[in-house]
Amino acid sequence: MFFTYLRRELRRRRKAALVVASGLALGIALVIVVNSVSSGMNQAQGKVLESLYGLGTDLTVTKAQERPEDGAAPQRPRFEFKGKEEGEEQSSDRLMVQGFQTLADSTVATVGRQPGVDRAVGGLSLVNLKINGEFARGKIQRAQPQPAQPGTGNGGTGNGGSGGGSGPGDTVTGGGAAFDVDSFTLYGTDVTAPDLGPLTTSTVSQGRTFKTTETDAKVAVVDSAYAQKQGLALGDELTVKGVKFEVIGIATADRGQAAAQVYLPLKQAQTLSASAAEITTIYVKATDSTRIDAVKTAIQKNVTGTTVTTSADLAQTVSGSLDTASDLASDVGKWLSYAVLLAAVLVAGLLTSSAVTRRVREFGTLKALGWTSGRVTRQVVGEALVNGVIGGALGIAVGLAGAYAVTAASPTLTAELGSSGGAFGGGRGGMIFGGGPAGTAAGKTVDIALSAPVSVTTVGLAVLLALGGGLVAGAFGAWRASRLRPADALRRVE
Amino acid sequence: MYELIGVTKQYRRGQQRVDALAGVDLTLAQGDRLVIQGPTGGGKSTLLQMLGGLDRPTSGKVLLDGIDLAALSERRLTAVRGQNIGFVFQSFNLIPTLTAQENVETALVPLGGRPAERRDRAAEALESVGLGERRGHLPSELSGGQQQRVAIARALVKRPKVLLADEPTGNLDESMRDEIVELLEGLWQEHGLTFVMVTHDSAIARRAPRLATIRKGRITIKENRAAAGENRSASPDPVDA
Repeated sequence: MFFTYLRRELRRRRKAALVVASGLALGIALVIVVNSVSSGMNQAQGKVLESLYGLGTDLTVTKAQERPEDGAAPQRPRFEFKGKEEGEEQSSDRLMVQGFQTLADSTVATVGRQPGVDRAVGGLSLVNLKINGEFARGKIQRAQPQPAQPGTGNGGTGNGGSGGGSGPGDTVTGGGAAFDVDSFTLYGTDVTAPDLGPLTTSTVSQGRTFKTTETDAKVAVVDSAYAQKQGLALGDELTVKGVKFEVIGIATADRGQAAAQVYLPLKQAQTLSASAAEITTIYVKATDSTRIDAVKTAIQKNVTGTTVTTSADLAQTVSGSLDTASDLASDVGKWLSYAVLLAAVLVAGLLTSSAVTRRVREFGTLKALGWTSGRVTRQVVGEALVNGVIGGALGIAVGLAGAYAVTAASPTLTAELGSSGGAFGGGRGGMIFGGGPAGTAAGKTVDIALSAPVSVTTVGLAVLLALGGGLVAGAFGAWRASRLRPADALRRVE
Repeated sequence: MYELIGVTKQYRRGQQRVDALAGVDLTLAQGDRLVIQGPTGGGKSTLLQMLGGLDRPTSGKVLLDGIDLAALSERRLTAVRGQNIGFVFQSFNLIPTLTAQENVETALVPLGGRPAERRDRAAEALESVGLGERRGHLPSELSGGQQQRVAIARALVKRPKVLLADEPTGNLDESMRDEIVELLEGLWQEHGLTFVMVTHDSAIARRAPRLATIRKGRITIKENRAAAGENRSASPDPVDA
């Protein structure tokens, strides 16, 4: 009887049922779309951060550059050129640590011993500046000799002579210097840990990556964009500070810019930059993602003077359309969807309550026949619940379609990292994310195609909201129905 | 069967107090048939609701088989209604979305039992009121008289001790009225019910062995010896009202 009555009532009041179900469906669809888009934003942010950190890295440990003391000039690279014959090429290069102070590589072991740390790997971020060119001498144009004044001649040739420098009135033409400046970023990677660190943000598209035995080998992996620019191919030689390295692999960044343009074994990078046993960044993988904050605290406490950055810290520095969209999804979108859902539930509740008012005689009669308040209430709630289920099913279908549409459209969002307020490169006291050299990373822009993945949790939430919405709506009507006294109900309509 | 002792019912209508029942004493034996008449607002329907356990008196007792309905909990009172009392209303009060058969079944729901058993009993009840062929029809597909027959089947399907009818012919034309009255009287005879009916119709009132009149909440009862003597005759003598 319960189901027969319920089915017939819903069929009779199908317009009202459709209004209630549609309202709930709209709210639920919005919740699904906003949640899935929000989830897509998180994934996009994760991808952005992954492009910096590398896969599997939970934290980085760095040491910020110290500010120069008041009045002291900041350290700048200095190049010296000796006097050479005209037209002879001169070249000088500097390999410098950029953006960080170095840490002793023993710090890696110290960090690795902290509770909650699964693995820790060190790396050295460098930038190479190479100046290459020649000087040309200027030509001296002699001034025209003045005719001798009668009676004033001293004899001889005066102060002339062809070789003796410029005299008054001589001019120098031509001459100068033509120098090319070439800079590239270089990362010294721990080849014994190929699955952690910035090289994991790239895929080796040609050749191979480092072998774990190549700790001090003269081999290099080059970013594909840099290789193309420099015309480098597999097997070519790359010269860094006069040392030749064989290109064994070409790596392509998974998204955005690569963490570095040239990757060398850590030991080679240390030797070339005169940073023996020094590193700039430690990449840390936690034993459990829920312990990241605890690991950060432990490292900050036990490895003093360092800056520990988690992906959550890094996420705060993401700006651009991804950040704006993410804020919209998490703030406006979520509130909007919940507000619509709440409004839908209220409307459903009012409609259910109004339906009970219209059915006073019906319920009064049933109570006169011996139906308990509980049975009448169950009937009302049951109808509202079915409305909720219909609304939920509709909402889930519309929500899934909406999420699919977002994924199919894949709008491109741009994430800018560290460009806001000069947050990176020590501007915020060493808040430098750990991917590659700071010079490369600061202000990095990454394009991400937005998707809207719908998780089982989201669908579960939608089902719960639909049932909850139905129950709340039913509760409005049920409350009225349960308070209905049969005599009053019959008196009001007779 | 029924014993009403000093039953009063007061309502508030705005600032005004209305005495719907003002000290009603009434006794009904098993199988009695009572017709209640009186002016509109005199307290007829209120008395019927007291007898049916649909409302509680302001004071006094409503005893059904020795149980004071006024003192029962809502749940117990609902159970008493479900098991012992059948109602027939002026407006039929059928559930518009349920078929005739399903409407009759609603009266069996509080008694529990298997759905198949409910269906059989409902079909039997509809047969007894001559609507066996129309049991799959919705109320909107039935005439007024047929709807009232469904309502009567619904009232009697649970085999109650008491049948209470509030203006059961009020919405019917004359020919249909006689048909329904005859049906009710026939069922009363057949089932040995205690039958109380409220009506404005003097023709119906004349057929009752006992006639109660309520004015301003006060009841007076007259015996109709002729109708009683004929023992539910189809052509009753007029009562001396």
